[in-house]
Amino acid sequence: MECLKLIASAEFPEKRIGYLGLMLLLDERQEVLMLVTNSLKQDLNHANQYIVGLALCALGNICSAEMARDLAPEVERLLQFRDPNTRKKAALCAIRIIKKVPDLAENFINPAAALLKEKHHGVLITGVQLCTDLCKVSPEALEHFRKRCTEGLVRTLKDVVNSPYAPEYDIAGITDPFLHIRLVRLLRVLGQGDADASDLMNDILAQVATKTESNKNAGNAILYECVETIMSIEDNGGLRVLAINILGRFLSNRDNNIRYVALNMLMKAITVDSQAVQRHRATILECVKDSDASIRKRALELVYLLVNESNVKPLTKELIEYLEVSDQEFKGDLTAKICSIIAKFSPEKIWYIDQMLKVLSEAGNFVKDEAWHALIVVISNASDLHGYSVRALYRAFQTSAEQETLVRVAVWCIGEYGDMLINNVGLLDIENPITVTGSDAVDIVELAIKRHTSDLTTKSMSLIALLKLSSRFPSCSERIRDIIIQNRGSLVLELQQRSIEFNSVIEKHQNIRSALVERMPVLDEATFIGRRAGSSPAMVSTSNSASLNLPNGVAKPPAAPLVDLLDLSSDDVPAPSSSGGGFLQDLLGGVDLSPGLNQTAISGTNEAPRTGTDILLDLLSIETPPAQRSSITDILSSSQGDKSPVASLGEISSLPSLSTRATSAGATSMMDLLDGFAPNPPMPGNGPVYPPIVAFESSSLRITFDFSKAPGNPRATAILATFTNLSQNIYTDFIFQAAVPKFLQLHLDPASSNTLPANGNGSITQNLRVTNSQHGKKSLVMRMRIAYKFNNEDILEEGQINNFPRGL
Amino acid sequence: MIHFVLLISRQGKVRLTKWYSPYSQKERTKVIRELSGVILTRGPKLCNFVEWKGYKVVYKRYASLYFCMCIDQEDNELEILEIIHHYVEILDRYFGSVCELDLIFNFHKAYYILDELLIAGELQEPSKKTVARLISAQDSLVETAKEQRSTISNIIAQATK
Repeated sequence: MECLKLIASAEFPEKRIGYLGLMLLLDERQEVLMLVTNSLKQDLNHANQYIVGLALCALGNICSAEMARDLAPEVERLLQFRDPNTRKKAALCAIRIIKKVPDLAENFINPAAALLKEKHHGVLITGVQLCTDLCKVSPEALEHFRKRCTEGLVRTLKDVVNSPYAPEYDIAGITDPFLHIRLVRLLRVLGQGDADASDLMNDILAQVATKTESNKNAGNAILYECVETIMSIEDNGGLRVLAINILGRFLSNRDNNIRYVALNMLMKAITVDSQAVQRHRATILECVKDSDASIRKRALELVYLLVNESNVKPLTKELIEYLEVSDQEFKGDLTAKICSIIAKFSPEKIWYIDQMLKVLSEAGNFVKDEAWHALIVVISNASDLHGYSVRALYRAFQTSAEQETLVRVAVWCIGEYGDMLINNVGLLDIENPITVTGSDAVDIVELAIKRHTSDLTTKSMSLIALLKLSSRFPSCSERIRDIIIQNRGSLVLELQQRSIEFNSVIEKHQNIRSALVERMPVLDEATFIGRRAGSSPAMVSTSNSASLNLPNGVAKPPAAPLVDLLDLSSDDVPAPSSSGGGFLQDLLGGVDLSPGLNQTAISGTNEAPRTGTDILLDLLSIETPPAQRSSITDILSSSQGDKSPVASLGEISSLPSLSTRATSAGATSMMDLLDGFAPNPPMPGNGPVYPPIVAFESSSLRITFDFSKAPGNPRATAILATFTNLSQNIYTDFIFQAAVPKFLQLHLDPASSNTLPANGNGSITQNLRVTNSQHGKKSLVMRMRIAYKFNNEDILEEGQINNFPRGL
Repeated sequence: MIHFVLLISRQGKVRLTKWYSPYSQKERTKVIRELSGVILTRGPKLCNFVEWKGYKVVYKRYASLYFCMCIDQEDNELEILEIIHHYVEILDRYFGSVCELDLIFNFHKAYYILDELLIAGELQEPSKKTVARLISAQDSLVETAKEQRSTISNIIAQATK
């Protein structure tokens, strides 16, 4: 308030201090500012030019949109004031006004154009700046200036460049570098996208680029601006070459600032002319190793843009070498970039695996989850390289066991391909044979479990690997069992559950063990990559790769746990497994799920699980209670809801062979099973059967819906809609549309045909998929509309379907 | 455009701030704290540009003071270095071999000079002589007004005695 009083006073000193206080204490968002508007208006009309200057300054720095609107006419008038200092301040003030209120831009176009013809440098600079901002804000201004002022500007620039020594404006031997830069920038804005304007500027730009001295910062600033302009305006080969040469000179300059600026520019230049930039690759690589963090970052990004198939190998080699000596903060970035380079451009699989192994050994802790998942996918796809990979991993483990991700990948591979490791299967020419025994392999996995730095994922993966090894190397079974038993009392539920399950598998179910841990089928790389590119969270892709494990024997325990594992904080536990099932559904290419999934899911395994699931079906429809061992019941009642179906299926599928070991409480234990199942009835098999409904029936049309649920995805329902024509005439152009409330998602497949023959002689079928996000709380409802032509008349029928079975 | 100008001492004390974009009080303190942390810990040989929150911050160290200016991504950093140098030279010419103490005791003059140099985040006057002339003209106005006032009050004091 004191400021307002001071501003309102008549004396210059008070006003000065008042305005200073105003600018410091208030900003445009405060309402008090409105009170100043009147004072400002008076001051703008004051006789004393310094007071006018103060007012313009304050206005330019903090005015709000309303003030701008009120006072714009005054500022416009002042743009033509006699005193140049006032004019320049008015110009800058106008910049703020048009930024705040773009509509007022038109008023300023003409005065601004007049300013461009000034002689006074201050006014000229501010005028040029005003024009630049006008062009940004208003396309008409851009047109206007382009047509009228381009030549004038070129001439002005020429004058400035060729002007003799002027002590007032001289900085480092160049007359008014600021003016140079502003003019070049305005020319850039005018020339962008317009060939004629660009032609006019070519000469002067060439002159500036060649004549400016670059030993001082001022000169470099001008050259920088010049290069930017050349890159942005329409193509002119000669100029572009000139620009890239300047950038090359900048790159080898010793001054850090210049190099930084050059790297920045080169990133933009790559889109224009990547060949030229490739020539400077070596220098850029040097910059990656620079001591300055900003330069390193820029150089790394630039290198990433430069990589293509021909230079990927040497570049990656350089980058990996640097990885070993770089500092911690930079390692994360560097690792991520190297991994993506390797993934995008690797020419052959063996090279990919090699490089990834090196990266993992060096900086495994910085490698993101997607990267090592991708590595696993690639390894499993390269079937001839399985032996090579597992041996290489074995060797790498000896040297760099502190890298967590390396340990995980090694453990997984040893588990999968342990037999290849021992028998030196698939030895490539470049390899030396190594002698590894079964117990060496088990040693490694044991190390992975016992290390106190291993986290949950590693330990869980090690447990599975041990199970696999116990089947591949039966001689080590006992030892493996001992290791597993040690984790039985683990405080972490995951480990405890796994160790108990695996222990019982090893102990009692040897005959199905080999089936359980058979070699996994190849994870489809293309779909994995496509899905990874399409889906956002890493969790989703891991659930995807985990769900792909599902086909290998429905009974494979790790499938769901791996999903949960890599999403340990997930509170909605059923979701991961159900989304896993959903992805499985998509991956299998929309296989008709109802009976089919049994077969596809179980393909690749042998008899026992298949009959197991038949028995499971029976179980769920409460028919023949199979025998149960009480220990298995214990496991089931102690484990979590959704994991148990998968895990216990492992037990149940072994039931046919256990039928001889019948013990007590068969029915009650089966009840327990069902209790455990109740929230998630749809695991493999049809799941609960929903009766088809007649969705709509009139005298002329009947629609029936058949339901099926995807196993593992209780929220999604596949509906087969059948349309039957009950009238005597054919319907043509038959279209069915449906709408669902917000908590449902609906997906319609194309119908089988558009023509519905009469009298029920044929029918149209259409598949729908509905996902219910409130599954269990609300059941499905749907409004539908049917349009068809009957005797060349358009008919529309509408209805609401309310009789969906509950629980869909 | 320049979004703000900060002058920070080696010890982290703020000597001058000028904001050309709307920042609330809380935001201002936050910005100052963050940037002080980033800039004061940078080594001497590193380049003068820092990427920060989508903007670029150009800083230059003169004796014990860091002059920082925050600009947009598309602005010319080297030019901002020149502007900073321009400002310092004008201050030097005005105060005669300026040091941090001058800025502490005459911060209002430093603000006036900055206001003659930058408005709305853009450069106003490339000539040091003109800026100096304007400032001295305004200073003399203040002087004459002071003298006038002191004589009038003397007269009144005399009259009411």
